[in-house]
Amino acid sequence: MIDPIFLAEAAVNGILLGGILALLALGLNLIFGVIDIVWIAYVDLVMLCMYLVYFLVQVYGWPVWAGGLASLAFGALLGVAVHLLIISPILGSAPVNQLLATGGLLFFLQSFATFLWTTDHRSVRLSLPSFEVAGIFLPLTRVIPFAISILALIALYVFLTRTFVGTAIRAVSQDREAMSLMGANPQWIYVVTSAVGGLMAGLAGTLLIFQYSVHPFFGGQFGPLTFMICVLGGLGNMVGAFVASFIMSEIISIAGVVWSTEMGYVIAFVVFIVMIFARPGGILARRG
Amino acid sequence: MVGRALGGALVVLLAVVPALPMAGMKQYVLHVMIQILIWAFIGGAWSLMGRFGLVSLGHGAFLGLGAYATVLLWNFYGLSPWLGGVVAVLLTAGLAAVVAYPCSRFQVVGHYFGLVTLAVGEVIRLLIVAERNWTGGSLGVSLKPAGGDSVVAVQFADKRVFYYAALALWLAGLWVWVRVDRSMARSAMEAIGEDETAAASIGIHVTRFKIGITVLSAALTAVGGVAYAQYIAYVNPDTLAGIGVSLRIVFAVVLGGMYAMAGPTVGTALTIALSEYLRIAFGLRLIGMAETIYGFLLIVFIIFLPAGIYGSLRELIRRRRPTPVVA
Amino acid sequence: MSLLALAGVTAGYGAFTALWDVALRVERGEAVAVVGPNGSGKTTLLRVISGMLPVRGGTLTFDGAALTGRPAHEVVAHGIAHVPEGRRLFPNLTVADNLKMGAYLPRARTRYRETLERVFGLFPVLAERQLQRAGSLSGGEQQMLALGRALMSRPRLILLDEPSMGLAPVMVLRLFDLIRRVREEGYTILVVEQNVRQVLKLVDRAYLLEVGRIKMEGRAAELAEQDFVRKAYVGL
Repeated sequence: MIDPIFLAEAAVNGILLGGILALLALGLNLIFGVIDIVWIAYVDLVMLCMYLVYFLVQVYGWPVWAGGLASLAFGALLGVAVHLLIISPILGSAPVNQLLATGGLLFFLQSFATFLWTTDHRSVRLSLPSFEVAGIFLPLTRVIPFAISILALIALYVFLTRTFVGTAIRAVSQDREAMSLMGANPQWIYVVTSAVGGLMAGLAGTLLIFQYSVHPFFGGQFGPLTFMICVLGGLGNMVGAFVASFIMSEIISIAGVVWSTEMGYVIAFVVFIVMIFARPGGILARRG
Repeated sequence: MVGRALGGALVVLLAVVPALPMAGMKQYVLHVMIQILIWAFIGGAWSLMGRFGLVSLGHGAFLGLGAYATVLLWNFYGLSPWLGGVVAVLLTAGLAAVVAYPCSRFQVVGHYFGLVTLAVGEVIRLLIVAERNWTGGSLGVSLKPAGGDSVVAVQFADKRVFYYAALALWLAGLWVWVRVDRSMARSAMEAIGEDETAAASIGIHVTRFKIGITVLSAALTAVGGVAYAQYIAYVNPDTLAGIGVSLRIVFAVVLGGMYAMAGPTVGTALTIALSEYLRIAFGLRLIGMAETIYGFLLIVFIIFLPAGIYGSLRELIRRRRPTPVVA
Repeated sequence: MSLLALAGVTAGYGAFTALWDVALRVERGEAVAVVGPNGSGKTTLLRVISGMLPVRGGTLTFDGAALTGRPAHEVVAHGIAHVPEGRRLFPNLTVADNLKMGAYLPRARTRYRETLERVFGLFPVLAERQLQRAGSLSGGEQQMLALGRALMSRPRLILLDEPSMGLAPVMVLRLFDLIRRVREEGYTILVVEQNVRQVLKLVDRAYLLEVGRIKMEGRAAELAEQDFVRKAYVGL
């Protein structure tokens, strides 16, 4: 049998991972909730930001906080660029075309990254201590990103509920036409939303590069997981995505310790399929 | 009438291709054409769903299930791919039904449906990679040789056999497409596409149709996967499952034109030709550049030619012809 | 010069033309009604004015500025607030947030607190239910919120689309009283209504819109006398 300490450790690690997954899922959901388009290439934007932090911090010796800030800015810029160049032209198109456009971006980004940096895995080496709590090892390289992600999520919540622009973003996701009657240019709201989504991708990238190595197909690792979380939580449902992030990360973490990492993913995905069958609207959706 | 004559001529032309002199390029040409025929068949299968608004981004799941089922059953149990194919079809039909049922009942459509299917496609890919002990993981698995040509094992040394088999498969796919197009199902699905509630209110069994078309599409895709696996004699989770292959199928169909019979074929031929051209032009230099250009061109096409090539051509022709004035 | 002037306005949806050659004016400080049966194009008219629907022909001027073809968010910035059919509140936002969104425009945002006090003064029930989800309000309260939200943008002209729709008769009377009070605050109002009797008591002038065309116009008192108006629409 598995030592309960390992299970407990896995559970804790699940929570630590969940924080970052929540950033990804909420970023994707935010954009979908407002613009009605799923950015299939979202996690590939994260991948680009990870590369940026790698080069700035590991290769050029920037301090970590500077690399992080650069990643945030870069992420926001990427978000705006994607919206203006790819999303804006196809806003009125059929869903299949919209999905293909962001899908094409996925191809493009993954191959361009391969061309620029080859498929070598790269990571940033940070030697931070771990501390022990009740027999469980907690590496700071995991705890700090978790703490930051929670702070970011709180900041997002405050932004969406207390600021004019944030409330406008929520309003647009509920009734776009009515918000334009309030004097808000929907296009501008979309750009801001894309910037925020991109910023979250940038933050996620910073937090991830210290725990995982980056390579052009990183999106293949975390992308499907993010999509699964979004669907599980109910597409567009922010609270649902938050909860689902932790559910998924717990399943992966614990199953990963009991069987193997891949099996962990597989089980999480099987749970996902079952949930689709039972509650297609997402775990927090009302029945029927 | 013109269309039919042209179509007939095309089929005849395709039939004699293996007999034409090609200055030593024949093996390569046949290879490319077989791929075009099989993938066009698969594209056609996808378009059965796509044209009715059920945009699946996870057809890789059906391809992968189909291909791996037959290859593994042959490798481990010596089960003929003919029978293995039946198993493949049943498995994929089952998976399709499991996914289609809740989606139909709870109105999961559009982007949401795309995302669900995307996730399902990835599940299958990761399952294949995870079970590496018997699936070979990301390295894939080769078809165990039957030691010479064998109809039972569907293994042939001569590409021409595969060529004619692929041609027959492609034609069969077109036949299915036409049958679906002409059947009651088509009008029903179009009504559903326009307004589900209205369609339901006049008795169209929305759920049943959606599940039915999904299962059909999945089953045919599985057959395509089996065909491909037998031809290449090797399967790999990245070429036959996952986002990559799923997106490629959709791209080919949409670029060609989702609503026309010839659309998937035109699109597949063009995307494979483009892909081959880029691969040859860049070869092993500048690794990744070919794919980058491919991705870039796809984005550009989607933005500027939303109706696909076939659809855009049809629009052009329609605009040239004077429209009759309705009094 | 009229505050709002429409001339020869034609508009529609797809192949269907909903408005034909509509001419209409609203003077500063006036309250004007547009009445007519279902499907006559009343809602289309308001959507055209607020920029939600493009015109196919004709001109639209507001306080001298040409607004033809301008998108909704620009029209609002010029000072026209539109309370749409069905109110179109943001259902999952609180009453307070809905009102806040009404003041989205920069010029409204700077005087947000002041305007909010005025709106709460007019509609005290909104102050009571500030933190309640807009979707959970009663019909009458929702209409008040919609009206209040329009006031938050400090408009010069308020467009009201079927404000009495879905309200119990008692609420309708209360609502028209409130609209009267808003009017007394100095706002210019253009209201589209099916409840002809009530609205003619409220406004100065009215237009009759039938099948997309202006069939009649005149002072409210005169129109109220018209036989066919009384017979055809009363009680609907």
